[in-house]
Amino acid sequence: MVLLLSACAGDLSALDAAGPNARNVANLWWIMVAGSAAIFVLVGAILCLSFTQPGRHWLSARWLIVGGGLVMPSAVIAALVATSFALGERLLVHAEQAPVRIEATARQWQWEFRYPGSDGALSFNELHIPAGRPVDFTVTSGDVIHSFWIPRLGGKIDAIPGHTNTIRLLAEKPGHYGGICAEFCGEGHAVMRFAVEAHEPQRFTEIVDPLNASGAGQQ
Amino acid sequence: MDQPSPSSPIKLHHDLQAIWDTKPGWGRLSAVNHTVLGKRFIIAAFVFFAIGGVLAMLIRAQLATPRSAFVGPDIYNQLFTMHGTVMMFLFAIPMFEGFAIYLLPKMLGARDMAFPRLTAYGFWCYVFGGSILIAALLLGVAPDSGWFMYTPLSSSTYSPGINADIWLLGITFVEISALSAAIEITVSILKLRAPGMSIDRLPIMAWYLLVTALMMLFGFPPLILGSILLELERAFDLPFFDPVRGGDSLLWQHLFWLFGHPEVYIIFLPAAGAISMMIPTFARHPLVGYRAIIAAIIAVGFLSFGLWVHHMFAIGIPHLALAFFSAASGLVAIPTGLQIFAWIATLASGRPRFDVPMLYLAGFFVIFVIGGLTGVMLAMVPFNLQAHDTHFVVAHLHYVLVGGFVFPMLAAAYYWLPHITGRVSDHKLSVPAFWLIFGGFNMTFFLMHLTGLLGMPRRIASYPPEAKWEWLNLLSSVGSFLMAIGFALFVVDIILQVRFGKAFRRNPWGARSLEWATPTPPPAYAFASLPRVQSRADWLDPEDHAVKLAAGRGYLGFARYGWMETLGVGMIEGEPDQVIVLPKPTILPLWTGLATGAIVLCLLFKAYWLALLPLAITVTLLLSWTRTTGAQSDLGPLPIGHGQSAAVHWEAERPPSWWAMVFTLGADATFFASLLFGCVFLALIAPAWPPPVVVSPSYGLLALAALLMIAAAIYGRLALRDLARTRSPSAWLGLCALSHAGVCAVVAAVIASDIPDPTLHAHHATLFAILGYAFLHSGVGCILALYGVQRQRHGKLSALRSLDLRIGSLWHDYAAVAGVVALLAVVALCWSVGGRP
Ligand code: HEM
Ligand SMILES: [Cu+2]
Ligand SMILES: [Cu+2]
Repeated sequence: MVLLLSACAGDLSALDAAGPNARNVANLWWIMVAGSAAIFVLVGAILCLSFTQPGRHWLSARWLIVGGGLVMPSAVIAALVATSFALGERLLVHAEQAPVRIEATARQWQWEFRYPGSDGALSFNELHIPAGRPVDFTVTSGDVIHSFWIPRLGGKIDAIPGHTNTIRLLAEKPGHYGGICAEFCGEGHAVMRFAVEAHEPQRFTEIVDPLNASGAGQQ
Repeated sequence: MDQPSPSSPIKLHHDLQAIWDTKPGWGRLSAVNHTVLGKRFIIAAFVFFAIGGVLAMLIRAQLATPRSAFVGPDIYNQLFTMHGTVMMFLFAIPMFEGFAIYLLPKMLGARDMAFPRLTAYGFWCYVFGGSILIAALLLGVAPDSGWFMYTPLSSSTYSPGINADIWLLGITFVEISALSAAIEITVSILKLRAPGMSIDRLPIMAWYLLVTALMMLFGFPPLILGSILLELERAFDLPFFDPVRGGDSLLWQHLFWLFGHPEVYIIFLPAAGAISMMIPTFARHPLVGYRAIIAAIIAVGFLSFGLWVHHMFAIGIPHLALAFFSAASGLVAIPTGLQIFAWIATLASGRPRFDVPMLYLAGFFVIFVIGGLTGVMLAMVPFNLQAHDTHFVVAHLHYVLVGGFVFPMLAAAYYWLPHITGRVSDHKLSVPAFWLIFGGFNMTFFLMHLTGLLGMPRRIASYPPEAKWEWLNLLSSVGSFLMAIGFALFVVDIILQVRFGKAFRRNPWGARSLEWATPTPPPAYAFASLPRVQSRADWLDPEDHAVKLAAGRGYLGFARYGWMETLGVGMIEGEPDQVIVLPKPTILPLWTGLATGAIVLCLLFKAYWLALLPLAITVTLLLSWTRTTGAQSDLGPLPIGHGQSAAVHWEAERPPSWWAMVFTLGADATFFASLLFGCVFLALIAPAWPPPVVVSPSYGLLALAALLMIAAAIYGRLALRDLARTRSPSAWLGLCALSHAGVCAVVAAVIASDIPDPTLHAHHATLFAILGYAFLHSGVGCILALYGVQRQRHGKLSALRSLDLRIGSLWHDYAAVAGVVALLAVVALCWSVGGRP
């Protein structure tokens, strides 16, 4: 297991969080893994006991059905739903700083990013964001459905033709992260990746402006 | 009329055999018997499982190494699409249908299912539809947009070839088979039981199958509707899903998952039913919590229709709605957990015994519990947004489907195979086969959870080595090959058992349900006479019954008029209320299936006018099924044994075919409701509204159509009234047919004048679809009314034999109600976009 987990350093790993959104989910995941393991062991143990020690009164039918079948799942689910609702609310929180807005448009099989203010600044398959500052992505598609996903920063949102969806992500530190299309979109689905560069805020402004002038990135 | 005199068991056996047996040679094609067809369904489904398994092996071979050059993305997309499609539609559903068809009548103490020819027709539709898909795979033009066929990827702009049409038409074809099976299973459970088997004495399997079948009746119509709309878009450019012209790709997702989520429980519940039959046998204790389990499965049935959105958490839905669907999805774990603990409690209350089926059930417990736990994780929205569309979901869905269906079915295979073959095996290979399948499965899929969280999306044909997924993928692939070896061993083991197993006398497991009261292997008529049930039918004494029934000491223990008879009972109390005379073996279902297949092929190759020919043939053939049913004189009550008597079914108040029509209309109404939902959804949610041109409907024509629809229903009732007064109903039926024809003409005129170009905008296309629905219903109504005239001419109708007209009248009534709703919807939809007069 240790060996496997050390593999988490890949730049697409949702468990190797680089932002609050992904970190919350990773924490939730580890909590759920622990809880699930406990439930699994418990159910397994009761199942074994039912075989080896049938007829014990502490294994009475009523207890098992009411306790195991009703009370336990209800309690677990109530707790989990509340936790994840709270987490979800937290992901929505309005940050102290005004978020940067970047438009992401997916097409078979390419990502186009359009930057704020400096109208016309574009990049393809290469996304520049400021570190330490929330970014609102407005995501849409020019053809089929795709899905915008930067695993190390947080969850995904679908790019749907005719609709615009928003997701707020934050990269804590400057660095290089992977992005990938998560919704099957035809033959190029596997290669529909993009590179995410998180920069210091001033650097970000510098980068976005020349982009405006030269239209960097491929194409 | 006297009851035929009792005869010796041997003579009774020979008499019944002469009536019930399927003829050898070519006669096999005319089989309608449930034992024969159940086995055929199971074998066919297993063949498709093998095909799906080979596809899975190809997928794993491709993913074993990074940058694999084994197949390109075009082929890979066909591989996983076909793997998912074959497994869900051609393996899981038909496999459970086969089990149900084979076992249900025997568990219920009946001699066959309610509509044997429909069973056969369903079988042929399934085999032909499946063959079309497999042929496409071999020709390299298989569907390739994923098993849920999201638009616009599957629409003609992005999938111009025939691939997607094959999915839409082929699967709809197979769905006809599934729907007919659902109707048949529902009616058989409700009506065809042993006397004394009141609703609270049903064997638990029957409850599971009843809920499953009802879920199919309400779950499949949305998918069929979606497929028809998408095919209309692909073939005729009606823009239901095109965002530029007022359509919306999300409509497809809603319709698909309205079906797709219940589908998962439709697959699991029958398997859970099998588990609930096996556990008591090995626990040597009746099932604990029978009533709680029934409540749980009904709850699952309802809940599963409220969960579909959890497949769509990433489409951008408001947070509160997400929370609602998230909670509902978690909730479904409660009834499921309840069943698991009821099974454990049954074991704990009894004196459990271990044997091969229990070994496979242990595998089920482990795998399914893990699948359930990851399911609860996925129901949590923040986590879902990370795990969605990755290999984590692939792992989860296989834990649920393989754990919840394949393992129970393997257990069931070992449990019921002795019933089918009359032989028991000495279980040499079943144990290593289990460990290979179980170990291989976990090796493949347990690791895959991690692969997914490390960021590997599903449905990708290749991945770069930098991604660090290669070890996990390689191990998964090795595991899957171990699993494949395990399945191969299973097959060998089954063949060995069939060929070399030892014969046994009766009931090798000491089971306590009625299917073990038939001789094994079972004769075509299943029971020489029908039992009276005094206790819950999953805890009685089959050996005691077996002796009495074979001696003809139950009900219907005789051969009368060469009829294939079984008993119909009141739904609740289970007392006999009719003698059901089942149809003889006939080749008509095969011809009808072939004709239906010809329609599908015509549509596939876009020969739309030509398709009318096989359509006419299909309708004619379907009507000709009834040539042999009914009688030309009244019979009155017939003796059924034990001094009781009952009417023959066509003289009975509520025969199976009447109920079948009721449930058909239920499914039809679901279809219509889905259509209206779709129209409202587009008008409210879709981009590019309001339409550039708003339809202003011809109110006069619409009012005329509504009047004619109501008139048709009234004429249908008047016909019935006159028949009851022993007058000829033909004149009224003629008027009924005329009114229906009038509706068709008027509706066609409305379409021609108000919607000259339905491709303009979804507004026009949806109105077209609604009017088309009304048109078709009156068309069928017209045929049914004329069919009534024909039955009268042949002398098949009388005050007592009014069944055909009562069924027809149900249709006319429904057509009037749905038709008027349709017309009102048309007006409302026009007004909603500003088309006021
Ligand atoms: C027998 C061993 C099996 C193996 C090794 C296997 C393997 C796989 C793999 C690797 C995928 C993911 C493909 C991808 O996303 O690129 C997949 C998808 C799928 N499998 Fe299986 N599978 C097996 C059995 C089953 C069974 C029994 C069922 C259903 C009863 C099933 C239903 C599905 C479905 C619905 C998908 C999704 C297809 C799609 O994405 O369109 N599989 N399978
Ligand atoms: Cu994409
Ligand atoms: Cu994609």
